[in-house]
Amino acid sequence: MTPLTYVRAAGRADALARVESGARFLGGGTNLVDLLRQNVEQASDLVDVSLLEGIIRETDGGGLLIDASVRNAAVAAHPLVRRRYPVLARALLAGASAQIRNMATVGGNILQRTRCMYFYDVEGARCNKRQPGTGCDALDGFNRYHAILGASDQCVATHPSDMCVALAMLDAVIHLSGPEGERSVPLTNFHVLPDAAPHVETVLKSGELIAAVELPPPSGAVTNAEYRKVRDRSSYAFALISVAGGLALADGRVTQARIALGGVAAKPWRATRAEAALVGVAPTPEAFLAAIRKELVGARPLSGNDFKISLVERTVVAVLTALSGAHA
Amino acid sequence: MTKLQNAIVGGVRAVIGHVPESWLPGGTPDPLIDKRVTLGEQQSRVDGPDKVRGAARFAAEVAMENLLYAAFVHSTIARGRIADIDVSAAAAASGVALVMTYRNAPKMSVPPPIGMTNLKAAGNHTLPIMQDPEIRWNGQVVAVVLAETREQADHAATLVRVRYDAAPARTRFEEGKASAYTPESILVERNRIEKGGPSRKFAEAAFKIDAVYTTPWENHNPIEPHAATIVWRDGKLIVHDATQMIHGTAGSLAKIFGPNAGDVEVSSPYVGGGFGAKGLWDHQILGAAAAKLADRPVRVALSRASMHRLIGGRMQTEQRVALAANADGKLNGLLHHGFGVRPLHSICDEGFTLTGRSLYASESFDIVQHYVDLDLLANSFMRGPGETPGTFAIECAMDELAHAIGMDPLELRRRNVATRDPLSGAPHSQSAMMEAYDLGATRIGWDRRLAEPGVRREGEWLIGMGCASGTFPFMRMPGTSVRITIDASGHAHVSSAAHEMGMGTATVQRQHAADRLGLPLDRVTVTIGDSSLPFASFAGGSSQTASLAAAISSASAKLVAELMRIAGNDTPLAGLKPSEVEFSDGGVCSVGDHARQESFASILRRANRSDLSVVGESGAPLEIMKYSMHSTSANFCELRVSEVTGEIRVDRLVGAFDCGRILNAKTASSQFKGGMIMGLGMALTEETLLDERTGRILSTSLADYHVPVHLDVPDIEVLWTDIPDPRTPLGARGIGEIGTTGVAAAIANAVFNATGKRVRDLPLTLDKLV
Repeated sequence: MTPLTYVRAAGRADALARVESGARFLGGGTNLVDLLRQNVEQASDLVDVSLLEGIIRETDGGGLLIDASVRNAAVAAHPLVRRRYPVLARALLAGASAQIRNMATVGGNILQRTRCMYFYDVEGARCNKRQPGTGCDALDGFNRYHAILGASDQCVATHPSDMCVALAMLDAVIHLSGPEGERSVPLTNFHVLPDAAPHVETVLKSGELIAAVELPPPSGAVTNAEYRKVRDRSSYAFALISVAGGLALADGRVTQARIALGGVAAKPWRATRAEAALVGVAPTPEAFLAAIRKELVGARPLSGNDFKISLVERTVVAVLTALSGAHA
Repeated sequence: MTKLQNAIVGGVRAVIGHVPESWLPGGTPDPLIDKRVTLGEQQSRVDGPDKVRGAARFAAEVAMENLLYAAFVHSTIARGRIADIDVSAAAAASGVALVMTYRNAPKMSVPPPIGMTNLKAAGNHTLPIMQDPEIRWNGQVVAVVLAETREQADHAATLVRVRYDAAPARTRFEEGKASAYTPESILVERNRIEKGGPSRKFAEAAFKIDAVYTTPWENHNPIEPHAATIVWRDGKLIVHDATQMIHGTAGSLAKIFGPNAGDVEVSSPYVGGGFGAKGLWDHQILGAAAAKLADRPVRVALSRASMHRLIGGRMQTEQRVALAANADGKLNGLLHHGFGVRPLHSICDEGFTLTGRSLYASESFDIVQHYVDLDLLANSFMRGPGETPGTFAIECAMDELAHAIGMDPLELRRRNVATRDPLSGAPHSQSAMMEAYDLGATRIGWDRRLAEPGVRREGEWLIGMGCASGTFPFMRMPGTSVRITIDASGHAHVSSAAHEMGMGTATVQRQHAADRLGLPLDRVTVTIGDSSLPFASFAGGSSQTASLAAAISSASAKLVAELMRIAGNDTPLAGLKPSEVEFSDGGVCSVGDHARQESFASILRRANRSDLSVVGESGAPLEIMKYSMHSTSANFCELRVSEVTGEIRVDRLVGAFDCGRILNAKTASSQFKGGMIMGLGMALTEETLLDERTGRILSTSLADYHVPVHLDVPDIEVLWTDIPDPRTPLGARGIGEIGTTGVAAAIANAVFNATGKRVRDLPLTLDKLV
């Protein structure tokens, strides 16, 4: 770790001012501190934004606004989240460990970085994300955890968050504060695919801070939803793949389907093609399979992760089948 | 291991085979097998309260003034030379006191290799340590940075710039197989076995299976990473270490740094888990070298990443097992061939082909194992070395054979269980594996198992049951000694340089000494964990309890003689010979007349002595030359496999153990359960990820190297036969390693029963099942 200074932000304006003069934002530190300690990232000054006021409140439109500094554990335990957006609570609880969830903030969770082992091996591995232009050791190396969708020949890393998969499925909007004012970005547009510049992971501009996450008012497909995470051990492991699925039905037909996938791409993957294919059809396992296959047409498995395609298919079908049964 | 060694071991066995049983250690069964007061009870660990309160000081916590903290720079190539190493930026960094490389490291000789012949040696490899620019594996230490704080040292380590001349490296298992070497012996056993005409038996057999099983490289990952606090004081090297080889480490460091073994002190009262990993590796040696150069005390506390790069794990294996049986399931042939990765610089054998030699009475055997020499970190001993991967292959193969015959796998074992050593014909000292099977089968409800795989189901979950044998040989180490001191108040103090890695060493030997000496528990103390105490062998091979017990037994015999000698003529015991008295009620009494008794305190008082000390030693373990001595177990598993995702959830594990008498139900139960959890991890998740292109280990944290989490660990039930072994001290055999053996096979067999899919490659990750 490079020697650094640490201050707690007095308020959002203070935080923004400090970042303008070169500091890095620090949330719960459950990822960034590891990255600094392992010299994957360097910082000379940290400004801690995890102690800024953080609350969860209803919006005028019937949605929910979650401040970025709210801890993951607090979001998962919040009565309104549990009642109206249970898929978010389930996704959060599927992630990390209780201790990490107690520390990690919503903003930090969104900005956490890939768990690709080559990304973390500063001395011994090549990584375009860590050091642009050096190459990618995962392409022909250990890539069991890596992307099958949206990857490039520069990077095949995945985004590790569970929470973000649920947020993508919920049409969450990210509110940003920065030197040029405030703006909002849909979560599904917040993370970007690697293409030729895998070190660029989000649309966040220099000096901008995630202020809050807004959830639109729940619809039928939001309340009838499930998060299923598939991993190598039953807890404290990143997703091989995960599925946030929601289904609204009327008269034996799908009126709305929501599907987001985790562990398959550099961003939480909203399966819009599959969703579109399901509207108006009868909710059968065959229909679910046909729909997700439409989404996976562009999937490009690597040497070590071709199992992910059938795993996504089977898990999506199982999740949606269970959800259709809940309304039957 | 040479042909000569095979001849010597064979010769000794032949001679011992003709010696009357009563000559051998344990020839007269230990009276404490039956005469137990505290032994066999539940006893909490004596070190428990200090550990719970945080008062127990581990190696990385020993306070020391003027301390420097070490950080390591690891090589990033597997083979080649350091062309240039620039330490200027690191040396100039804040707080840095020293940067050590091969250019300024003190001269050190190669560590003496660990083995059965030199108990003061603990080297795990034979490579020079920081003596030249050569790189021999990816992860080797190329620089040590000492700084005032750990953080400063870690930072400065990132500033060291190394340029390498890389050479072609051999890091691929498949390619290495072509040039594998075949040792003459494995541990002290002959490697190649061909007996009973296996090729003819296989040709004639009614049923045959033939399959290849693989187990990956695995790492131990004790909760306490390796650490040492090291100081040179007046020319003497003092090491506060986390080790299961106190005297081996002290003896080795003395050889490495100087001529006099007495000049090294090693203290290790508490070890936060060892499992075979806590031996002598480069970190203590480099820490001591750097402390010498800097002339200041040094703390080395390995990160998980450094631990994975510097501390060898269990070798990767590929094992072919073929079994042949006649129509009623009797084994005609057992073939066990295999490859394991053991670099030539590595010391440790992994005798995975020893498993099939002792369990079953096959009519013929065809056994040999080969080693693949790669440019990798030396492999090492990991809980149940040999038998843990060996039982995976043999016991899955037995399950496959049972399925091929259409026989209950438990019944197949019953028809083939060995009643004496299948190869040598040596009698068992005691063996009741099928009684363990019966206990376990009843407990898990084996009669609920359906023979047809893939038919039990709850929703998306397929349910199955499996069983497998476990086995581990009895070992007792010579040379382990203890001192027993009786003080003026009649208390007994037992001391030995033995090891506490969490298994309850002092706790159990306190029970033993109390029962042996006729004292209540609160009048016995046991001190271990320091090289200033009487010599003890390593805590390994599940041998420590038996070795210490033999030494205490020997010391107590000497104590009787000494007490009788100083008791003089004014004692109620006057006229009795040592053989005519025994310990009772805090003193010595006549065997026939317990009223003729005098207390320890009284004898010492009259003799004008403040205390009395004797030292006893565990003699040569000749019993293992005459008898076939193995702990055995029966593992049972019930689990679910998701038909959707391939995820496995183990619902129940039952381990039934035949390990002689159990000395402390509480600590033994914990040992067994811990071992079984390690077997569960081996089955489901554990794998050291190696990038074969570079020889680089990728899984360098507990997020990447998956040990089981709480949610993976089911209800574990532990049972034991408690049948005494008449040839061992206290009637007990080792229990430290056997818990791990057979578990992975029981789980894999249950997966087959659940799904009909036979996965022969560990770990059983879900991609192998969807």
